[in-house]
Amino acid sequence: MPEFSSPYAKMLGLTQARDADDRIVISMPSGTGVTGRPGFLHGGAIAGLLDFTAWTSLYDLLEEGATIKPITITVDFMRGGKLVESYASARIVREGRRIANVIATAWQEDPAKPIASANVKFLIERAS
Amino acid sequence: MTTFDPKELISGFGHIGHSGLLGFRYHEHGPDWVALELPWRPELVGDPATNVIASGPILTMMDMVTSLSVWIKTGQFRPQATLDLRVDYLRPAEPGKALFGRGQCYKVTRSIAFVRGEAHDGDPNRLVAHVAGTYAFTDA
Repeated sequence: MPEFSSPYAKMLGLTQARDADDRIVISMPSGTGVTGRPGFLHGGAIAGLLDFTAWTSLYDLLEEGATIKPITITVDFMRGGKLVESYASARIVREGRRIANVIATAWQEDPAKPIASANVKFLIERAS
Repeated sequence: MTTFDPKELISGFGHIGHSGLLGFRYHEHGPDWVALELPWRPELVGDPATNVIASGPILTMMDMVTSLSVWIKTGQFRPQATLDLRVDYLRPAEPGKALFGRGQCYKVTRSIAFVRGEAHDGDPNRLVAHVAGTYAFTDA
């Protein structure tokens, strides 16, 4: 599983793999660096995982030379994150010329029980 | 009247867990708001091509200041869960500069707290991010 060049992603220990549908799945290991209240993950770490997954998944789709900037993110927290490994993947709902709408979802043991999701809009700057 | 001291809380457990990893410091607070400082560190950079801080640490900071603001406003440490948090990124933060995040609780009902806040990198008139969110009291 390749590491990321992003210092923030490295700090969280994020790694990426591909699922059966070739979709990027990013993992965040549990550890003291991601805990919030005792016994639970920090919501900010979960949000960081979602945000980075949305960013990485959109980048993966774009042509060489394009750059993206986050405009706005809305994170819905659905369950407390337990102190186990977390996963996230993203769906590019729409890729326009300048705006992309992305929805990222995070889960732990059971993909059918998401712990959080994020709706992210990006501004795309294309080379040509 | 406020029995909840955010300064004490941050100096108490601000150095452990995820907040300790990112390195937040207490900045200031009022009757329904609190501000933290996030000193700049190269480990917080999202994209090494731009050297701009990742949006994740900004989200974490805004989650912390808005949740602390609920406890300050209500004057007690009540268990709560973040329902949602929206962050608008108004401009990239400047590399090398500390970030300041301020969260305010502007309305509390029996079971829900409504919050808002903003972040800047030195000049409060040039915001980096704006935030709105809701919390649910889990003992209600």
